[in-house]
Amino acid sequence: MHNGKVTLRQKIAPQAGLAGSVAAAVVVSSIFLGSSNLSHFDWALLPYALATIFSAAALTYRCAVWLQRPPTKRYWQQGWRLFWQGGVIHNSLYLTRLVIDNFAAQRFIARRSRQRWLMHLCLSWGSLLAFAVTFPLVFGWVHFETSAADLHTYQLFVFGVKLQEFSVDSVQALLFFNALNLSAVLVLVGIALALHRRLTEPEALALQQFSQDLLPLLLLFAVAVTGLGLTLNARWLHGQGFGFLALTHAAAVSALLLYLPFGKLFHIFQRPAHLGVGLYKQAAQAGPPAQCVRCHQAFASQMQVEDLKRVLSELEFDYRCNGPVLHYQHVCPPCRRKLLALNQGKNFPGVGVWGSGAGSTDDSGLLVSNAGPRPLTPDPQVEG
Amino acid sequence: MEFFIDPSRCIGCQGCVHACAECDSHRGISMIHLDFVDRSSSPQTTPTVCMHCIDPTCARVCPADAIKQTADGIVQSALQPRCIGCSNCVLACPFGVPRYIPKIDQMMKCDMCYDRTAVGLKPMCATVCPSGALYYGPREAIEKNRRAHPINTFTFGRQVVKTKVNFMAGSTVEELEIDVANFMEGAGEQERREDT
Repeated sequence: MHNGKVTLRQKIAPQAGLAGSVAAAVVVSSIFLGSSNLSHFDWALLPYALATIFSAAALTYRCAVWLQRPPTKRYWQQGWRLFWQGGVIHNSLYLTRLVIDNFAAQRFIARRSRQRWLMHLCLSWGSLLAFAVTFPLVFGWVHFETSAADLHTYQLFVFGVKLQEFSVDSVQALLFFNALNLSAVLVLVGIALALHRRLTEPEALALQQFSQDLLPLLLLFAVAVTGLGLTLNARWLHGQGFGFLALTHAAAVSALLLYLPFGKLFHIFQRPAHLGVGLYKQAAQAGPPAQCVRCHQAFASQMQVEDLKRVLSELEFDYRCNGPVLHYQHVCPPCRRKLLALNQGKNFPGVGVWGSGAGSTDDSGLLVSNAGPRPLTPDPQVEG
Repeated sequence: MEFFIDPSRCIGCQGCVHACAECDSHRGISMIHLDFVDRSSSPQTTPTVCMHCIDPTCARVCPADAIKQTADGIVQSALQPRCIGCSNCVLACPFGVPRYIPKIDQMMKCDMCYDRTAVGLKPMCATVCPSGALYYGPREAIEKNRRAHPINTFTFGRQVVKTKVNFMAGSTVEELEIDVANFMEGAGEQERREDT
């Protein structure tokens, strides 16, 4: 089985490596194209650009490896098949509703707790806003110039094309120039709520790990604080030590970008699989159910049971059975639990009554059975 | 310290079910299963906790990479940011352990009270079990005091599954082969009717 895993990985790795390289090449090309052959590229932002190129390559590599895993690949294929087969307009509307519910409003988190919901909204929307502002600036896709005629008028260029002019005193300028400050405040509120939960909730305290749960918060905190610090420094400290602060901010952002493909934040890229699963569940509900071969109750959709049999085989598990059962996937989960007890009874040697009498307790507190086993079904003679 | 399960000792008191819900890692939701084996003909119940397979099928069939195994062999509950609620794990686990929780659209399962066992305490269920059906302690104690002996190898069809959690079986059994064909529901009643 382990040999099988190595083979699968060996098969996947070169394709994923190629996909990662292509992603890096696309980002580099988009920088060249968007900044008119680097003429609008802000060289002060070079560390951000380099970290972004590496992050894009690593993210694509990991996504490619992930999508090639048998269960993921099956959902991916089935998701697309169901999307095209089930009526594109109907499915598009359904997916739009899911996107609004699960990605924009994130209501599924509200069902866990209101505080977690608010925390996640602040963190995700704050970070998204920051990325939406910084990536186009870093890539040179967007840049600003002062109007030659009026120093109080700014010109906005997108992909080297002048899009509009606005006064530096306008509300629009205020929003443009403070978008990153707003995102930093949102992120800081989210971090405060997350830390409160992680310091007080028993569940979080029991299971949290530094690298998975605290490190991303620490990185986001470093980015938000150093970012806000740049504004505060320019406004109230007349730029004293601005260079050092800018370097610290660049280091913090680069660390966050490098952490993206490897840690907890990779869920941002995995979560859209929820959309495919939504379609799958919808089709599964409409399709024929699978019946347990033992108790004859419907317990899942036939489609999912058949898909699982295929996936299990691809993963080199062999749950095929002899006789009428054919495959252990045809037994429902409650029957699987009961079968464990039934087979225990079958394999006890001798006859007798299970646990008859109270038994006695030994030094270690164990109840010592003073009787042999009995079959789980009652003795017909006793009953009759 | 190891976990030993002996369904034949279960008295159906539900103590484990309520204690499980007190566990800090999934407070308020009980993860242990307590099933009647054949309610129409016997009061026998059976508790099921996660067996913590050495090569966990649930984790391998997860499309979202949400089920992780810690270095000490504990198969953790689904990671909340990743689990997409597809129920692959629920249907693939040969022991019928993971639960799909519709309210949060996620899977949850027994993690052997990781907050407790990681620091040397017993899992909640084993702490309260009055009959020793769920026992957490040294292997020597159970080998000395029980007639049944612990095994951790199971066969489901052609698949051999090894687990971290031990299961008490007859003294001659080294590997528990799960037989389905001889335990079809309703088959016993049919035979009894034919006898009378």
